[in-house]
Amino acid sequence: MRLEAKPMPSLAQSLAYPLGAVAVTLVIVSALVVAAGASPFSVFQLVLVGAAGTPFAALETLTRATPLIFTGLAVAVAFRAKLWNIGAEAQLYVGAVVTVVLGTGALPLPAPILIPVLIVASMIGGGLMLLGPAFLKVRLGVDEVVTTLLLNFVVLLFVSMLLEGVLKDPMALGWPRSASVIAEARLPRVVTGLRLHYGFVLAVVAAIAVWFVMKKTTLGYEMRAVGHNAEAARFAGIPVNRVLLKTAMISGGLAALAGFSEVSGTARNLTLELSPGYGYTGIVVAMLAMLNPLGVVAAAIFVAGIFVGADAMSRTAGVPSYIANVMVATALLTMVTAIMLSRFRIRWR
Amino acid sequence: MPETVLNLSSITKRFGALVANDAINLRLAKGEVVALLGENGAGKTTLMNILFGHYVADEGSIEAFGQPLPPGDPKAALQAGIGMVHQHFTLADNMSVLENIVLGTQSKWSWRLDRAAAVARIRKLSSDFGLAIDPLAPVSSLAVGERQRVEILKALYRDARILILDEPTAVLTPQETEALFATLRKLVAEGLSIIFISHKLNEVMAVSERVLVLRGGWLVGERRTAETTRQELAALMVGQDVKMPEPRPASPGEPLLVFENVSTGQRSGGSRLQNLSFELRAGAITGLAGVSGNGQGAIAALIAGVERPASGRIIVSGREIGDWSPRAALSAGIARIPEDRHAVGSIADMSVAENVVAERYREKPFSRRGVMDWAKAHEFASRLIADYDVKCPSPDTRIRLLSGGNMQKLILGRALDPDPIVILANQPTRGLDVGAVAYVHGKLLEARDRGAAVLLISEDLDEVLALSDTVIVAYQGQISMPSKRGERSVAELGELMAGHGIGEAA
Repeated sequence: MRLEAKPMPSLAQSLAYPLGAVAVTLVIVSALVVAAGASPFSVFQLVLVGAAGTPFAALETLTRATPLIFTGLAVAVAFRAKLWNIGAEAQLYVGAVVTVVLGTGALPLPAPILIPVLIVASMIGGGLMLLGPAFLKVRLGVDEVVTTLLLNFVVLLFVSMLLEGVLKDPMALGWPRSASVIAEARLPRVVTGLRLHYGFVLAVVAAIAVWFVMKKTTLGYEMRAVGHNAEAARFAGIPVNRVLLKTAMISGGLAALAGFSEVSGTARNLTLELSPGYGYTGIVVAMLAMLNPLGVVAAAIFVAGIFVGADAMSRTAGVPSYIANVMVATALLTMVTAIMLSRFRIRWR
Repeated sequence: MPETVLNLSSITKRFGALVANDAINLRLAKGEVVALLGENGAGKTTLMNILFGHYVADEGSIEAFGQPLPPGDPKAALQAGIGMVHQHFTLADNMSVLENIVLGTQSKWSWRLDRAAAVARIRKLSSDFGLAIDPLAPVSSLAVGERQRVEILKALYRDARILILDEPTAVLTPQETEALFATLRKLVAEGLSIIFISHKLNEVMAVSERVLVLRGGWLVGERRTAETTRQELAALMVGQDVKMPEPRPASPGEPLLVFENVSTGQRSGGSRLQNLSFELRAGAITGLAGVSGNGQGAIAALIAGVERPASGRIIVSGREIGDWSPRAALSAGIARIPEDRHAVGSIADMSVAENVVAERYREKPFSRRGVMDWAKAHEFASRLIADYDVKCPSPDTRIRLLSGGNMQKLILGRALDPDPIVILANQPTRGLDVGAVAYVHGKLLEARDRGAAVLLISEDLDEVLALSDTVIVAYQGQISMPSKRGERSVAELGELMAGHGIGEAA
């Protein structure tokens, strides 16, 4: 068996591969559903209805997709420049900490000023969080996969320390939980009474902005050039190290926005349960989107839909909602395979 | 009629719309050297990849020693006694010659290796065929010519009866090429058969008995070497007559780039420079000759702005450049043609348009206030494609899909378009076909006649002598006194390349 390079796929082909990957995922997951004693068709139907069957369900899916769009964008931007940021989880928590520190009354500002301030401040915080590993990478050649991954645990412990100490809400009856952000620091709801908040709109705007930067600006061009061939980029006069540091600021900032929007839009306060691994799932989202910023929105909604839908399904069909994890993981594997098949042809002899 | 050892019949291979091989027949007899001649992209390498099982032919069949060869199975080709020496070597640098040669010849489960027997066998093969090498030396310590010998020994150790050599002389000095040809003659005398892939006419004339000429995937001609001429083969290969440019006498002017007592720190590959001083004058080509690894890399990196001098001064058009970088070099008016067009000169997975603006994307009209104007980049790419005669379907083509010659023409266009005052051309024609070589030489001479100062770094002495108005020779990080065109004979330059007369006077 060997691989041969293929010419560039057409637009139709490049859409067919992700859809094919989803179809294969459903077939593989069917086997597990059957093993759990249920009918695949009814389970998938229940997942779909649970994720998008009612306006309530659909808005819940979009709410869950919001942090995934941010972390997915963070990963997509960094991976484009071959900066392997595995630390979106840590950057998310930094954004959340900044939001809580500044948003619980320290800055008595009206909402139209306070919210932009929180956005910028958390982006700076998350960016600095990734700047350290990026600096070590360009200066000393320290592998950023290791540093960003391990910093996730460092930051979680640090947040835990804050929640037991200075940030602990005295009214929380001993729970490790921060005070709630003030009303001016809260993102408004899109529909009154439902959880969907303007963080989702911000995420979509961020996706469009990232798409524009990557496609149309000199910085995006520099990032792609560095990612494809850093040596040739350096020879051509592109300041590779500076580009990597800028990439780190943007990527870390985007991941921090996930933390800001979760605190400001849904949770209101900071706990260690703020993120059920959105930073890691962002890697899956970015890969499913083939690092395309607009694809990240679709991929995040798809992944969020599976989680939301699987919750609803497990209540009626009796299949554990863990099937959602299997589906997302399988989708990642089939997608990576599809990406490879879109670039290479397999010869069996 | 001697026994046929290899027979390829009507091999056809298509890549999408491109027909890389069109019904090609090749018969190889015992004890024969067949040359496969053709420009880059003519289909030589594709054909050999099919023979060797790397590609599967769409049509046609292969017989080796009377047995059909199953397609797409490199192991079958090896077992049938076919060995290949690739243009780019496939050796593990951190292992010894012995380990490289025996690698893959033992069963996976036998842990012990009979080193003594293996060493004895390698010694015998190397003395039989004039492939002098120490089996115990680490490959990392070997020169390029020696590495090629290891590749040939690898094939012979596996009892190859048919040897395929892909552009074997591209990396060799004239003396090493002669030694290789002597080895090939011995191999043929022992009854081996050889396919010699090349685009160099004089080598094909020197070494082969029969020549097959490929052009655009077609077999356009087959000649007995004794009954043909270089002119006929060149015409067959290119499809038209190629005229190498004839340089007019130069009229050197001001020094545009001056190195003053420049030294560099220790480098991982190649020599460090010690107190180097030279100047490049306007309207002249200075040729830097020398065996590779004698400081050419450091000089090129310094001029390109990739490295900074540890001490000494670099002066461009009378002004000392303090903060030295690729960008500073570009804005001082230095054009750079890098040695490795694949890894350094281009970004393989980006488009032609994205590649040609890599040095100028920050300037108008390609970008304004940080926003790219891709339409302008497309226009620029289309203009270079037309002006520099690049065969390329569109500015959106990924540069990876271009042949070496076309890629080099684009890099040349990118470098020469802004009318540079200094041009660094590092191995600008390595691996290119006759047509592309003539083209690159013509463009460099044009730039010289326009008043640019050109530094031509080349390991090909013929190239240096053909183009240069002044020749300097590098040896272990030092350089010889410059000599005018025709002042030193080839033999004298050869002495300098071996280090005689460099450094002693200084």
